[in-house]
Formats: sequence, C-alpha cells, structure tokens
Amino acid sequence: MIVRSWGNYPRVEHAAVVPLNWRHLPLPRLAGPLLPVGLARSYGDSCLNEGGTLLAARGLDRLVSFDREGGRLRCEAGVSLAEILELVVPHGWFLPVVPGTAFVTVGGAIANDVHGKNHHVAGTFGHHVRRFELLRSGGERIECSPDSNGGLFRATVGGLGLTGLVTWAELELARAPSAWFDVETIRVEGLDHFFALSEESAAAHEYTVAWIDALAGGEHAGRGLFMRANFAAAGGPHVPPGRRLSVPFDFPALALNRGSIGAFNALYRSRGSRRWRATREPYPRYLFPLDGIAGWNRMYGKRGFVQHQSVVPRAEAQRHLRAMLEAIARSGEASFLTVLKVFGDREPAGLLSFARPGVTLALDFPMRGGSTLSLLDRLDAIVREAGGAVYPAKDARMSPETFRASFPRRDEFARHIDPAFSSSFWRRVSP
Amino acid sequence: MRFERIVIFGATSAIAQATARRLAAPGVRFHLVARDAQKLDAVRGDLVARGAAATTALADLDDVDRHRALLDEAERALGSIDAALIAHGTLGVQAACEADFALTQREWRTNFVSPASLAAHLANRMEPARRGTIVAISSVAGDRGRRSNYVYGTAKGALSIFLEGLRARLHGTGVAVITVKPGFVDTPMTAGFRKGPLWSSPARIAAGIERAMQRGPGEVYLPRFWWAIMFVIRHLPEAIFVRLKI
Repeated sequence: MIVRSWGNYPRVEHAAVVPLNWRHLPLPRLAGPLLPVGLARSYGDSCLNEGGTLLAARGLDRLVSFDREGGRLRCEAGVSLAEILELVVPHGWFLPVVPGTAFVTVGGAIANDVHGKNHHVAGTFGHHVRRFELLRSGGERIECSPDSNGGLFRATVGGLGLTGLVTWAELELARAPSAWFDVETIRVEGLDHFFALSEESAAAHEYTVAWIDALAGGEHAGRGLFMRANFAAAGGPHVPPGRRLSVPFDFPALALNRGSIGAFNALYRSRGSRRWRATREPYPRYLFPLDGIAGWNRMYGKRGFVQHQSVVPRAEAQRHLRAMLEAIARSGEASFLTVLKVFGDREPAGLLSFARPGVTLALDFPMRGGSTLSLLDRLDAIVREAGGAVYPAKDARMSPETFRASFPRRDEFARHIDPAFSSSFWRRVSP
Repeated sequence: MRFERIVIFGATSAIAQATARRLAAPGVRFHLVARDAQKLDAVRGDLVARGAAATTALADLDDVDRHRALLDEAERALGSIDAALIAHGTLGVQAACEADFALTQREWRTNFVSPASLAAHLANRMEPARRGTIVAISSVAGDRGRRSNYVYGTAKGALSIFLEGLRARLHGTGVAVITVKPGFVDTPMTAGFRKGPLWSSPARIAAGIERAMQRGPGEVYLPRFWWAIMFVIRHLPEAIFVRLKI
C-alpha cells in the first residue's frame, strides 16, 4: 500500500497498514519491520516504513483516566492533542506544550518530542510526560518514567517510534486561566531586531515566535512579524466553534512559486503595518492557524514539499542564520512558511530530542527536485558547521553524517531500539 | 431531550463507542453490554474519564434466552432506561455463508434475531412507561439483496422491517424507535476493505445518531447522502439490478 506523509514527499510502498484498536492486545506477528504511525503529520519519511508494516495506532483513542483536580490525564497513544484540548480546556486545563498543529497524536508527540512557541519556559512535550507503557515486539509491557526504566523512557521520548509501541501515556496538564490568548504582533525589521525582541519578551511572555519573509535578503534579511502572547486572564474556558476550510485536491505544481509567495508575504506583513497590534484570539487561531484549512499540504501540488528545521547555538546564531537566509535568497527557491524562535535552556528530555538551547529556523520549500535538494544540503552544511541539528520529524533527505552530527547520543539511543521496529528514515540515516 | 440513563448492547463496537463518547457527560450513566471483558473495561474507563458513570455486563448476545435477565440487570443498574442503543453485529464472509447454511443462520441470529429480541423486550418495558428511545443499527445493505452480501443484507433488511413495524405499533405512545442505516464505515469490522470517497468515520455516524435521537422516531441514512444513493438503488428495475456487480 502506498502511503504518503504530510509533505507528500516521499511516497513509499508498504507491505501492510495494520490498524490497532485495543491497547491490551499483543502486536500483530508479521514479517518485516514494524513502525507505529498516528496522524502522519511528520513531513518526511520518519513516519514511513518502506516495504514494512505500519501499525496504525490512531484507533487507540480512549482516555484511561482524567484527574480534574490534579491535572493529570492518562490516555491511549492514538488520542489527538485536539481531542485532549477539547476535553480539558473547559475544566481550566491546557497541554503544557503543543506544536503548530493539534492534529497529532500523543504517541507522535512523544516520538518526536515536539516543541511549541513556549519552549523557552516549558521545554518540550516529553518534559511533561509522567509515564507511559511500552509494548515491545517480544511481548513485554514496560512501564517507563523518568525514574523507572529511565533509559528506555529517554530513548522513547524523541525516539521516532523505534523503541516499541507506546500504548498509553500519562501527561501532566497546565492551568489555563481561559481559552484565549492576548497576542501582540510587532513588525520585525531584521535579525538584530528579532533577537532584541526575543530577549525583551522572554521573561514576560509565555509564547513567542516570529514569522520571517525568507525572500528578503541583504539588510532586510530576517524581516517579518514577531508574535508574543500570554493566556488571557478573562474570556472564559470556551471558544467559538471554528469553521474549517479545506483544500479538496492537489494544486497544480506551479501554484506556489516565488511570485505568489512574495505576494503572500507582502500581504501577511501588512498585518503588522501598524508596527504594533494587540488582539485577543481563541487558542486554536493563535496556536494552530493552519488547522483551520484541512489538507493545506495539498497546496504544494503532487510533488509535495520539503521542510527544513534546524537549531543553531546562540553564540554565533546571527551569522549562521544570515548565511542560511542568504543561501536561500541566492538559490531561487522560495520558502513559504518561515518561522524563527529562540529555544530555552532546558536540558532535552530525550536522547534524540531535537529542541535544545539555541535558535531554530523552520523553512518549507515546494519540492522541485535536484535544485531544492541541493539547497537543503547547503543549509545542512551551515548547520553542521555551527554545531547545530536538523529536525528528523521534518526531514526527508538529510545525510547520515548530518544526522550523526545533529545527535551525538545516537549510539546510546540505538541500544534501546526494538529489534522488530524500523523506519524509512532510520534506515536512511543509519545505514 | 437529555438522555441520562443509557444502555448499550455491543458497547465495544466502533459506532457504539463513538456514540457513547458524544453522549458522555457528568450526570449521564451508562450500562454497557458486550462479550469481551478487557475491551469492555477500556470502553468503560474512557466514558468514566469523560465524567459519566458506567456499569458493565458480559454477555453473548446471540443467547436470546438471556435477554430478559440482561434487561432486568440494566434496569437495576440504571433505575429507568432513557435510551437503548443496539449496536452489535458481525459481517460474515458471504462466500462462506453460501457454502454453509449453518453459517448463514448464525449471521441471521447475530444480526437479526438478537437485535430484534432486544428491541422487542425494550418496547414492552418502555410502552407502559410511555417514554424511552430505542436506537438500532441496521444498514444500507438491507435495502436490496445484492450478490456481494445478501446474507448480511437479509438480516439487516429484516431488522429494518421489524423496527418499522415496532415504530408503527408504538406510534403515539411516547416511545421512539430509530432505525440507523449507515453506509460504508471505517471500523474494525470493515478493516479488510479498500476505502474510497464514500467511506465515513464512526465519529461522523455517531454525530448523526445523536441528531436522530434528538429528532425522534424514524429511519435515518448516515451520512445523509446515502439516502439519495439508496433511493436510486431501491428503484432500479430488477432486470438491471441483477446485472450489477455490487
């Protein structure tokens, strides 16, 4: 069966996709490697398993227990973050960390140790996982927490689904005074300005992120919008029901090009035309703006798109970011959704966690073949030279060398891999 | 209308789970009946975590002689029954049923005799109280005898007719009988099928069931576009119908 990930690149043939529906049942006995998959929001091939079997775990979608007073939620690994928020927000709780989409499962959030706009205060998803059950191919069920079976816990957080199947997990929730955010949108003139704003905002704002116009080069490099936010004190625990738009088919390949992306960027930047703007927004609109458009990935056409997210250390971040933005400007490729954020200093939760102290730049490019791929290789080289890392969840093409350089604890991690589990990504970066 | 005392037969089926999840809220009490203790426990845990209360009973619903006792137990657990959802069923292999009539009979017992028996018991208990809602999952497969699954279709067709009669009998009594006819639904029961654009999710079917329960007695195709498809199929002349490879 052909399966594609969120980037629509690559598309690979699988021997089988086996739905899992009950957490107490053993893993199916099948030849070939296994890989659990949830909502398949990983962009590249970390959620694909060419020639092997995908264990479709979305059917593990039950709650196990919800402590409304203490803010603890135990649920099966296929429950989505959207479903959790719908359940807990009316009771005054929130997930301590959410990525840019709520359409990911708990299992996926653990496997990629996802981060969000509040990394500088809250760390990653894995920092708030209290325990989970790991079902290994030998049939053992191992309850893991930071204190018991800690090695396997730290291997599974960020472990790309390779250590076994997470059947359920227990999450610590965070208090939320309302379901609304007070958002300030500030025009960013360049990279210096971005760093000044990040510094100034880190203490008083839980959520910060910048959208960057990656077509701007030279003195304009890094211009865009800086958004900082906190939960609103008022507004109540409910949000108005959102209307979902959808992209019903793959757009023609040329729909997104330098021209249309440039026009979009100009339009988007005009949101910050007043230099400073304050709004109160329901949490889905602020945290998950693209979730309002089902299938937005189809805008990139049949050939799909590739993301590139990297983190570089703070020390010389400016120089390296400038080098990356210039490489893009020179290449003739255009990045549509370009995001910049300063990570906090918290120690990573997992052996293979991506988020670490530094500055992260997320880019996405319509897949145009060799020219796109060679630009990404140039970006990798800059990241490697900086001593940074490239994010597996968004990757479809990094080299084994880049992977090794990004994840110095790779060998320690590899000892915990379940012998029956593998993925297209893993075979690519660990030949 | 608020449904606070709900009994579900076949509570571990995908459509039953999705429906229960929608109805679950603080103050709502479920009595869940199914065969498998561990699955039942997982479903109960989910509903309790959502704020509802739930009791369970293990039963093989093919055993119709036990239905009276099962309903006694449900009434003891719930006090009275606001709504009953009859959701158990199997999708046997048509070719195997063609080769062995004993299998055909077993399909009919599970998909017609058993749900009809439960609906009959429920009707007799609800009628004197002049209140209650009986929801049973039938299928679009019961609308015509198709070559690909007429054994299952016969059972669902018989169930639809039985429920229609029951609905007529209870007309004006305050007891609502609702026939749900889902189209193709992506559930463990249909795991082996190739999915296409006509396929729907249990969550979408559940939303339709909840709407139908609010509306009252009647028959509902879910998702609703199946009404149009089945309207055409029901009116195809037999001379054409028998030639279709469906």
